[in-house]
This record gives sequence, C-alpha cells and structure tokens, in this order.
Amino acid sequence: MTTMANDSTTRSADGGATPADSQWPLWEVFVQPPGGEPHEHAGSVHAVDAETALQNARDVYTRRGEAVNIWVVRSVDITASTPDDMGPFFDPGNDKPYRHPQFYKVPRGIRM
Amino acid sequence: MTPNKPETNLEDPARLAAFEARIAAGESIEPKDWMPERYRKQLVRMMSQHAHSEVVGMLPEGNWITRAPTLRRKMSLLAKVQDEAGHGLYIYCGTETLGVGRHELIQQLLNGTAKYSSIFNYPTLSWADIGAIGWLVDGAAIVNQTMLAKASYGPYARAMVRICKEENFHKRQGYEIMTTLAAGTAAQKRMAQDALDRWWWPSLMMFGPHDTDSPNSDELLRWGVKRKSNDELRQRFVNLTVAQAKAIDLMIPDPALRYDEATQNWLIGPIDWDEFWRVVRGNGPCNRERLAARRQAHDDGEWVRVAAVAYAAKHARAESTSEAA
Repeated sequence: MTTMANDSTTRSADGGATPADSQWPLWEVFVQPPGGEPHEHAGSVHAVDAETALQNARDVYTRRGEAVNIWVVRSVDITASTPDDMGPFFDPGNDKPYRHPQFYKVPRGIRM
Repeated sequence: MTPNKPETNLEDPARLAAFEARIAAGESIEPKDWMPERYRKQLVRMMSQHAHSEVVGMLPEGNWITRAPTLRRKMSLLAKVQDEAGHGLYIYCGTETLGVGRHELIQQLLNGTAKYSSIFNYPTLSWADIGAIGWLVDGAAIVNQTMLAKASYGPYARAMVRICKEENFHKRQGYEIMTTLAAGTAAQKRMAQDALDRWWWPSLMMFGPHDTDSPNSDELLRWGVKRKSNDELRQRFVNLTVAQAKAIDLMIPDPALRYDEATQNWLIGPIDWDEFWRVVRGNGPCNRERLAARRQAHDDGEWVRVAAVAYAAKHARAESTSEAA
C-alpha cells in the first residue's frame, strides 16, 4: 500500500495511514454462473474491506444475472505458480499416459 | 516456487524469439510471463487510453439522462452509462496486471496528460445525438473490440470478450432511437439526419490514422495485440453502417461515397485529418469541458471514499474488540 502526503489522509482498515483518494486493496473476483458450474475468475476490484469488495464485484461483474455466487479474495493472499516453473512443476502430470483411458487396449468391436 | 527475478533492460534475443514464437502459435500471454518491455509499454498505453475512453464516454451521454424523452429511454441510457463505468473498470483491472496502479492512471486522466478517444470531445446537442452515439460510436467500438477480443494479452482479450457481450445492447438501443426519429415527423427526421451528419466523420476517425500514418500499428500487429489494421476495421464499419443508414432512409454525409463492385466495399471520400489531430491535441469542441466534468465528478465523490474508509475502520475496530473479549 502506498502512503502519500495528502490532506485527506485517514486511517485505513488495517491501521495504516492511507489517503482516502488512493488505491484501496485489490481483490480478485470469482463468479459462479447459474447452472452448477464452478467459480471462474472474472477480474478484480479495489475496496476497503471484504463487504464493499463483494458489493463492488456485484456491480462491476454481475449486472446481467451472470452469477449465483461471488468470491472475493485479497490479491496479495493468492499464491500462484510462476511461468518459470511451468515445465518441472507440471512434469509429474505430463509423463503418465497411463492415467488416460486411451492408454488401454480394448478388444475390437467392444463398446466401452 | 522461484521468486520473480528483476528484469534487466536488455532484451535477451532468445527470450524475445521464444516470446514471438508463442504469439505466432496463438498462445495467450499472461501477466507473469516474460514479455518485451516495449510490449508491456504499448499495452499500458493502449489499454489505459481505452479505459479512459470508457470513463469519459459516460459524460456526453450522462448529459442527456435527465432529458430522455420517455422512461424506457431513460432506463436504457442509465444502464448504458453504468455499463461504460463497468467497462472502464474491466480495462483498468487488466492494466493493473501489467504493474500499473489504477490510481496512477486516473491521476493522468485528471491532470490532462492521458489521452482518450477523441470522439468524446464532440458535443451532444440534441436527443438524436444519443441515438447516433449508440449506433455509430458504439458500433465502431464493437468492430474494434471484437478484433481486440483476440488480442495476444490474456487479460485484455478477456476484458474485451466481456465488453463485446454487453455492448451490442448499446448499439441496438442507439439504432432504435435513430429508427424512431427517422420514421417520425419531418422535424424529428431532420434531427436524426443532423446527428448523423455531425457524428459520421468523427466515428470514422475513431479507427485512427490511415495505416500508412499509424506509427504504432506495425508493432501492435506483429505482437498480435491488434489483428487487423485501422483501415481494414474502418472499412468493415463503413460496409456495415451504409446499409443500416439506407434501411432507415438517412443519408451518409459523404458525396464521394460509392460502392466498388470489385472489392465489394463502400469507398469513402477523404477524411479531414487536420480536424482529427486538432481534437487529439486537446482543441476539440469539448476537451476542456470533459476534463472539468470528470474532475468535478471525482472531487464530488471524495466524501464517498472517505466514508468507505471510515466505515471499514470502524468495523475493523469492532471486530478486534469482540475478538479480544
């Protein structure tokens, strides 16, 4: 969080000095569409706290009935794999063809 | 996990080649992926201008909300203006994935150093202008944004997909306004024609300078940020719009307009690029007014921002007190 000299400096939720006009914490928004699909990342919003993050997310990402549920999570709380890791990190899943049904032979004419 | 390494200014030729190969293979570039500094800069420039355009785009239309002729029109216009705010936020959020704060971008808009689409520096003189904006300005934006929905940078492309889904309503409500006016009294039809006369050329300018005069185009096309050139997109828009104007018996204000059988394109007369550059450089009819209105809206919203922070602080205190108890 940046701290800047500003007349309108107020106390933020986490106790740090934050100008009211500055960026509030960033929250990632995940939206679950109707019909039982899983939550999907929609984008992000800035908000002072979780409650307003949810309200902002509703206004920004669900103006047309796109959601039955929204998750918001502070962006800084997300741990993500990095592109540099891509090869080695996903290796264990990529070198095991026997995890796929096509690996197994079935007699001709048999429907599975 | 390895922490993000600081990037050096020197572009590693091998990395650049790998990056361009990914783009050629149609892969999506994501925020943490390595990218040339120039690619990042071009995206920040383009995306922030785009976001600013959505935000400033609310002003000429917001101007007419209180004067919409019917409740139906008023509801549509309110919803459209609210969408534009949302669209600005989608794109600012995409720009933030490139390491630029939204606050910083908004400051650039407010202090007049940022650019936005020149079309919003033209005045909305009559109700028909709201029709013309939806039909032509949103129509042109859809042509551009449909192309950008395939942009190589994932967050930008995804924001565009979302925007394109919503913007078709904008165009249709605009065309409906024009259709109604064009089929109305003689005075109403004159109003519609006058709006088309004033918005036609600025709409064509929205696609930017001709390919031969567009310094950024080559790079943007090579890196898959854009998939089609300014002139290609403009031509597509003209071809779509001419038929729509004919259908409601309005005249495209271009005496040189003609259909070319060979290419199956509607060819337009020369665009007044002096006017384009005059408006881009800040001397359009409404540049100052738009920024002043935007600054005032920002200042008027100050109490909301202060209240939100105070509210969050109060609740955080209440929570920590109840935890302590």
